[in-house]
Amino acid sequence: MITLSHYIVLGAVLFCIAVAGLFINRKNVIVLLMSIELMLLAVNTNFVAFSRFLGDVSGQVFVFFILTVAAAEAAIGLAILVLLFRNRSTINIADIDSMKG
Amino acid sequence: MNPQLFQLICFYAFGVVTVASALAVISLRNTVHAVLALVLTFFSTACLWMLADAEFLALALIVVYVGAVMVLFLFVVMMLDIDQETMREGFVKFLPVGLIVAVVMLTEMLGLIGVRAMHAQLMGPNPASVAGVSNTAWLGHALYTQYLLPFEIAALILTVGVVAAVALTLRQRTDARHESASQQVRVNPRDRIRIVKMAAERPVGDAPAATQEPRP
Repeated sequence: MITLSHYIVLGAVLFCIAVAGLFINRKNVIVLLMSIELMLLAVNTNFVAFSRFLGDVSGQVFVFFILTVAAAEAAIGLAILVLLFRNRSTINIADIDSMKG
Repeated sequence: MNPQLFQLICFYAFGVVTVASALAVISLRNTVHAVLALVLTFFSTACLWMLADAEFLALALIVVYVGAVMVLFLFVVMMLDIDQETMREGFVKFLPVGLIVAVVMLTEMLGLIGVRAMHAQLMGPNPASVAGVSNTAWLGHALYTQYLLPFEIAALILTVGVVAAVALTLRQRTDARHESASQQVRVNPRDRIRIVKMAAERPVGDAPAATQEPRP
């Protein structure tokens, strides 16, 4: 029997893998973007599981909107990345320090 | 075989593939391979969503993510000339930190969820089947009635995303030869052809330059 906790545990595991990915790939912007996509996927899995568990359609509607926003975010993020590479010839985060933050 | 047991076996199979490919995404050396591993993650997650009776979202995940977003990622990764070695600097250095943070977070989350306490909470009957419609109709009914305004705002967000992505990457190249359509339309025939009146013959000995008119 698949229970709710199966899905929640899977979502937690995916989310922690994504957090670890953010930590260990500190140079590569593309892998960072992919880690963020993994995080969104983990959250979406939780939404789907709770929507099924509670019998409420709102969870699935929310997943729909998250997918929309994530697609727009990926498109703009990759556009910024292309622009960055064109101007600086690198996507290394350590070299992106013109704002001295 | 008991169908519910079969579902559980499928869940574990897809879950193992999902977690393994997610680990591959963050640890593979080659970025192209990482993108392909992410495709596998999305695909097996879509299978998991289908097990949870979210058929429309599972197919949307495959169409939108595997079909569009991941292709975009792959396109950018292959277009940019990335030095793989410098990208790997600090991988070993930050590996312990990342592992510790991830493991602590996972422990906290699992403790919060209380795996044992929730274990008895079985999934109820499929709410869409209870309502007597398919999952797509169930979702679409909510989307076009209760959530109509957010749905239209989502469309607006996508439009803004398209415009922003194009505006960011558009550039006027100065080193490339290109045609200007407006200049081509505005051209006047008199600017192109110059009719020169000259004698059909000329005596031997005349300098050729003397018969040529100066250019306007």
